[in-house]
Amino acid sequence: MAKVKLDNLNHSYVPNPNPEDYVLKNINIEWNDGGAYALLGPSGCGKTTILNIISGLINPTSGSILFDDKDVTNLSPLDRNIGQVFQFPVIYDTMTVYDNLAFPLKNRGFDSSYIDKKVKEIAEILELSSTLQNRASGLTADGKQKISLGRGLVRSDVNVLMFDEPLTVIDPLLKWQLRSKLKELHHEFKNTMIYVTHDQTEALTFADQVVVMYEGVIVQIGTPTELFETPKHTFVGHFIGSPGMNILPCDVSDQNVTCFNHQIKTSSDLKNIQSNSKLEIGVRPEFIKFSSTGLPAEVKNVSDIGRYKVVECLVSDQKIKVIVNEGEEVTTDRANLEFNSNYTKIYQDSWMVS
Amino acid sequence: MSKKTLDNKAWLFVLPMFILVAFNAVIPLMTVVNYSVQETFGNNLFFWQGIDWFEKVVNSERFYNALGRQFLYTGIILVIEIPLGIAIALTMPKKGIGVSICLVLMSIPLLIPWNVVGAMWNIFALPDIGLLGYAINNWLNIDYNFTQQPFSAWFTCILMDVWHWTSLVVLLCYAGLISIPDAYYQAANIDGAKPWSVFRYIQLPKMKKVLTIAILLRFMDSFMIYTEPFVLTGGGPGNSTTFLSIDLVKVALGEFDLGPAAAMSLVYFLIVLLVSWVFYNLMMRNEEN
Repeated sequence: MAKVKLDNLNHSYVPNPNPEDYVLKNINIEWNDGGAYALLGPSGCGKTTILNIISGLINPTSGSILFDDKDVTNLSPLDRNIGQVFQFPVIYDTMTVYDNLAFPLKNRGFDSSYIDKKVKEIAEILELSSTLQNRASGLTADGKQKISLGRGLVRSDVNVLMFDEPLTVIDPLLKWQLRSKLKELHHEFKNTMIYVTHDQTEALTFADQVVVMYEGVIVQIGTPTELFETPKHTFVGHFIGSPGMNILPCDVSDQNVTCFNHQIKTSSDLKNIQSNSKLEIGVRPEFIKFSSTGLPAEVKNVSDIGRYKVVECLVSDQKIKVIVNEGEEVTTDRANLEFNSNYTKIYQDSWMVS
Repeated sequence: MSKKTLDNKAWLFVLPMFILVAFNAVIPLMTVVNYSVQETFGNNLFFWQGIDWFEKVVNSERFYNALGRQFLYTGIILVIEIPLGIAIALTMPKKGIGVSICLVLMSIPLLIPWNVVGAMWNIFALPDIGLLGYAINNWLNIDYNFTQQPFSAWFTCILMDVWHWTSLVVLLCYAGLISIPDAYYQAANIDGAKPWSVFRYIQLPKMKKVLTIAILLRFMDSFMIYTEPFVLTGGGPGNSTTFLSIDLVKVALGEFDLGPAAAMSLVYFLIVLLVSWVFYNLMMRNEEN
């Protein structure tokens, strides 16, 4: 197990890149030994590139990767001693499940009694014991993903285990089971695990700390609670949460924040606001409630999600979503919206004003 | 009780294909079957012979000699072309301008008409004026004359076939290779697999299906080969390169023994069918889906 540090990483897939060619820009991350981390972002944001740089399949254009303060930037994937589970199950079709699990150990020249012990131990944990002698190609998708995972776990000295959207091809019910299994394994082995996904549920339930990426830049690193309560960037606000954060245009003058000519209280420090910047208010649907005073709005649509209702309101032509608890009355026509000022933030050019 | 809908009009859609297959396969084959059990001296006069011709074929030393030559020839070209084809496919570039160049170069031999291939190699290998024949005789100082020495004739036939058909194996293998997702190589790299293991456990298994097709095609085509060796050597010197098809044509057209030739064709056909069937089933016995 190791601490993983990415130091000033930049990457471009073209040889002599212009600034706009970079798919990763100035990435600095420090992941502690034994933690469970997630890289979250939409397709094409650079998260898989980061993963492949950590595993050594791609050489970064500039910057370095450190495992336990040792620079591994120029080491091959083999020498970095990592495990990786890919989006689609990668198994050796002609081998049995047993041989698949033993393969990384055999290649490293361990003796057969050690290999046997280790393979059986991991198979037990992954619930593969009964199929050990079957051909791996006959297994279901989740069984195959367990094998890929097992090939990382059999080596007790792996520095970091990485997952590249490993649940993409798994059925919904099994997805949930496999995710719990991963959590369980993390508790048991205390491996450093990095999990790449575009699914917020997967990221937030798996990781202690989530790195949110957007267009090659890290927009926020934080615990699931931090990402929910204080999104540092409007992208984090609307990407995480269901539905995402409401982003509304606003004006600031003389310590007053106005939104659609209505004064709003926020928890942002207005001293830090510069003029000539684009200003917006961000507030999650969970932190808005109907009251007698507040921003006047028109109720357009109510959708019942089960445990709560999502109410879609309109202020001039700006949509605002509000979450109300199941059983709470919703007026059908005009309403006033009150924002919880602790969770109402101002965003200057998309970044939160602290 | 549910009433089953019967609409026999659907058969009309199958009819054109049925007629086509009947005229290009079933009817000619039945004609051969008809000939194989009768004797004819022309003038549309036929005499019933029963299974005499078949007995004659399976007891004929001449047939076994041709069959032996045929198996040897097919065996040799498979042993050369399949590994060579795989090796070339493995070294071909995966992206860039090189891909198109290689694919075009590989396709050229496949586009040349078979009798032209035979004629080309005939001239190419002539000991006095052909580049190959001249080079072997005068530069390597090896006595080489494919019109007189059986070994030289075989050598030339095999070289010609390898030149003509290895491309087919290469193209099929290449198609199999480029369809392997990168993740497999990445995983193998992480697992510490040596290049040989990558070939043995990833590339070869992933190429299994295309290789099966390649081997089947090369088996059937080489087992039935006629034009190229006929143009090159005419079956000689002596009978040394008289493969089954060449022998069959000699019997049927040279000696006008239509009955024995028909019986021989059927035995020949059944051998090809049997070997292909056994091979295909062996290769596919562990495949799911």
